[in-house]
Amino acid sequence: MSDDVRPELPTPVPAVAPEAEPFWAATAQGKLVLPKCAACATIIWYPKGICPECGSLDIGWIEASGEGEVYTFTVSRRGEGAYREATPFVLAYVELDEGPRVMTNIVGCSPESVQIGLRVRAVFDDTGQGSALVRFTPVER
Amino acid sequence: MSIRGQAFIAGAYEHPRRKIPDRSVAQIHAEVAVGALADAGLSLSDVDAYFTVDQTGLGAITLAEYLGLKVSYIDSTLTGGSSYLVHVGHAAAAIAAGKCNVALITLGGHIRPAPGVGRAPGVGTPHGPFEEVYGVSTVNNYALAARRHMYEFGTTSEQLAEVKVAASHHAQYNPNALLQNVVTVEEVLASPLVSDPLHRLDSCVMTDGGGALVVVSPAVAKTLDRACVKVLGQGEAPKHTMNGRVDVTYTGAVWSGPQAFEEAGVTVADIDYASIYDSFTITVVETIEDLGFCEKGQGGNFVMDGGLISPTGRLPFNTDGGGLCNNHPVNQGGMTKVIEAVRQLRGEAAPELQVPDCQIALAHGSGGRISSRMGSSTLILGQEDA
Repeated sequence: MSDDVRPELPTPVPAVAPEAEPFWAATAQGKLVLPKCAACATIIWYPKGICPECGSLDIGWIEASGEGEVYTFTVSRRGEGAYREATPFVLAYVELDEGPRVMTNIVGCSPESVQIGLRVRAVFDDTGQGSALVRFTPVER
Repeated sequence: MSIRGQAFIAGAYEHPRRKIPDRSVAQIHAEVAVGALADAGLSLSDVDAYFTVDQTGLGAITLAEYLGLKVSYIDSTLTGGSSYLVHVGHAAAAIAAGKCNVALITLGGHIRPAPGVGRAPGVGTPHGPFEEVYGVSTVNNYALAARRHMYEFGTTSEQLAEVKVAASHHAQYNPNALLQNVVTVEEVLASPLVSDPLHRLDSCVMTDGGGALVVVSPAVAKTLDRACVKVLGQGEAPKHTMNGRVDVTYTGAVWSGPQAFEEAGVTVADIDYASIYDSFTITVVETIEDLGFCEKGQGGNFVMDGGLISPTGRLPFNTDGGGLCNNHPVNQGGMTKVIEAVRQLRGEAAPELQVPDCQIALAHGSGGRISSRMGSSTLILGQEDA
């Protein structure tokens, strides 16, 4: 786990579906992998056992750069469930350089400093159960 | 075969209460069912088709049992709050196919269920592990859309606030509305930020309650001693994250709208009144664009200068006060959207807000969450002889 992650946000444990096991196993190693259709090369998100583009059931994995930019975000001031005490926190969609827009949190910076277009990189918050949540932090200039 | 003119809405009833702690969910369904059937001049024994989304055990069967219905058509299609518009379309199609003659559609429930009711959000869903774990909720999901819409099109918080202002202008004439005070743009912006850029007053009300509709065949409509509303067209379309290439600035209305308009044989210029799903102010702005009342990105401008206020605005909307001020029972706003459109066509809206000579009305539902997965449905209705 990288040193610059400040574990202020909760880390709810994700249910690991069979088709997503490689994804979560990689997060435990601090790596971001993405499903890629073996038939048509489409990058798939969220991980599925079928390619939504061509219907192939043959899905492989690639290691992603872990970089992207903020597509949209919000500073959430009222949280629910595990996030009830975590406010204010930033919920966002980050557009990965590989294409998909992934739902996540922006961490490691003040909520006020987040902007659409901000370049970010993945960080991994250990859930303690063999997986890590993939969050994003601003790329240092 | 088109459903145009193949079915009529004969009964429409909104539960008058907004807080109902003393009735079970099933009881609320029963009360609105009785109300809508009485409004139509029919009874439970006339019903041969039933539609609801309540999941109290076995889809619609549990409540069909509770209501003592004997039906030849049953449907519990769930598209979030837009389900009831979808149900009208499905009822009309079933009637047109000769499967039934009197369809009952009900909604009922408590906005805060009794302890233990319902399950944790996202549990058991394929998308949950990639979304719920990051603290997504309904309001912040809609805030993601509002933020991007502002970024791409310059939409402002003031423009979003105008939607609430317009709804409040209408709610003041509705004695059953939860919020009956007219608000200003300043008051909306002064309300606390819940999830930037959405303020508390950008959100709809939280109410118990429900409503019901009775949809009948042309032959049954002829026998009834009351004016009925003709179903002219209906469209439905889900929109989801599209393999991760989600675009949060538009809704499924871009597909459901054209289906409905084409079936009805009308255009936006023919719409005299519109009920636009108003879970949040941004929902209304995106929907108005998607239905074609203005260009994509111009929704903020469209709602300014009293654009939505009845009867003088460019598009009189939600004259019951909408989900934003009147009622959004159990987080399902589609039923009340249809009911107010029916009232306008019958000439039964609040007199101050009645659109003169209201001939063609549109109702639109936006279920689910705008930035992830949602169900859109558009319904176009006309007077009995349209």
